[in-house]
Amino acid sequence: MKVARAHPLWLAYLLHRLSGLGLALFLPLHFWVLSMAVTDAARLDAVLTLTELPLVKAAEFGLVFLLAVHLFGGLRLIALEWLPWSAPQKTWAAAAVAGSFLVSTTFLLQAI
Amino acid sequence: MPERDHLTVTVQRGGPDAPLRPQTFEVPAYDNQTVLDVVSWIQQNADPTLTYRFACRVGMCGSCAMMVNGVPRWTCRTHVSKVLDGNAIEVGPLRNLPVIKDLAADMDPFFDKWVAAEGMHHPTRTRDDAIEAIDPVAMERQEANAGIECINCSVCYSACDTVAGNPDYLGPAALQRAWTLYNDAKDADRDAILDAVSGKGGCHSCHSMGSCTAYCPNELDPLSAIAGLKRATAKRFFGGRK
Repeated sequence: MKVARAHPLWLAYLLHRLSGLGLALFLPLHFWVLSMAVTDAARLDAVLTLTELPLVKAAEFGLVFLLAVHLFGGLRLIALEWLPWSAPQKTWAAAAVAGSFLVSTTFLLQAI
Repeated sequence: MPERDHLTVTVQRGGPDAPLRPQTFEVPAYDNQTVLDVVSWIQQNADPTLTYRFACRVGMCGSCAMMVNGVPRWTCRTHVSKVLDGNAIEVGPLRNLPVIKDLAADMDPFFDKWVAAEGMHHPTRTRDDAIEAIDPVAMERQEANAGIECINCSVCYSACDTVAGNPDYLGPAALQRAWTLYNDAKDADRDAILDAVSGKGGCHSCHSMGSCTAYCPNELDPLSAIAGLKRATAKRFFGGRK
C-alpha cells in the first residue's frame, strides 16, 4: 500500500533535507573555485567569466533559493525544538517574522 | 455525494504463514458506516477467515488501528465517507509492525518500547503515606495533562518514517509517555527517564517530520513532547537541573 505522508510538516522536512543535500554538493565546488585565488589567479578569472553564461546565472538563482529555504528551514527547526511555546504563539511569531521580512525587503528593493 | 450501493474494498491478506496478497470485496454501502463496520461486514458475510482486531468500537481502547488508503487510522471512528477514494477503500495492517495475519499487527515491539522508554511509574510515596496534593494549574501539570489521553493505538508509531528507517527508535508514543511522566510531580525518578530516552534510538533520533502529530486520532502532540525531551536531556547534559 502506498503510504500517504504529504502533510505540511513532512514536506517542510523534505525541503530542508533536499536543500541541505544540494548545498552540500555545491560547497566542494565553491571551495575549489575559491582556492584558485591563492593557487592560480588567471584560472580563477577564466572560471569567473563562466558566471556570465545564462545557464550559470539561472543556477545561481537556484543556489540562492536553496540557501534561503535551508536558512528558514533551520530557523523553523530551532524554534520547533528549542522554544517551549504553544502552537498559536509559534504561528504568531512566524507571521511577525514573515511580515517584517516583507516590509524590510520592500524597503531594500526601493533603496536599490 | 453520488448515490452508491456498493463499495470496492481491497484488504491486504496473509502474514508469516501465508503469502501477502490483496483481496477485493464488494461491500454494501450505507449512509453511516465506519471502516471497522466494513471490515466486520466482510468477516461476517464474505470471508469468516479474515483476521482483524477490535474491542470497544468507540475510540477508547486503541485496538482497531489499521492503514486506510495509506494513512494509519482508528477504524472504529473513521467514517467511510471521509476516506473514500472514488468508490474504493484500501485497508491493510499497521505499518512498522510485524503482521500476525491479515489486518492484525503484532503490537509487542510497540509495547516493549514503552517499557524501554521508562514509560512506567516511579512512586514518590508508599501506600501508608497521605496522597500528594497536585496543583492542577501548574505548568508541569499542564504539560503532563497534554499527553495522558493516549490510547496506545500505535497510529503515530505506524505513521513515523523514523521508526521505518531505524528499528531501534523508541517511537512517538513511548517518548510522549516518558515526557508525561517526566512532568508528573508524583514521579520520583526523572533521571532514569532521561537516561532511557537519551541513548541510541532515543528522542534525539527524531527528525521532526511531524507525522505523529498530524495523524494522532486523539489530536495529541507527540512532536512537541519529543521536543520537550530534547530540551530536558540537553539541559541536563550541560549541567542544568530541572
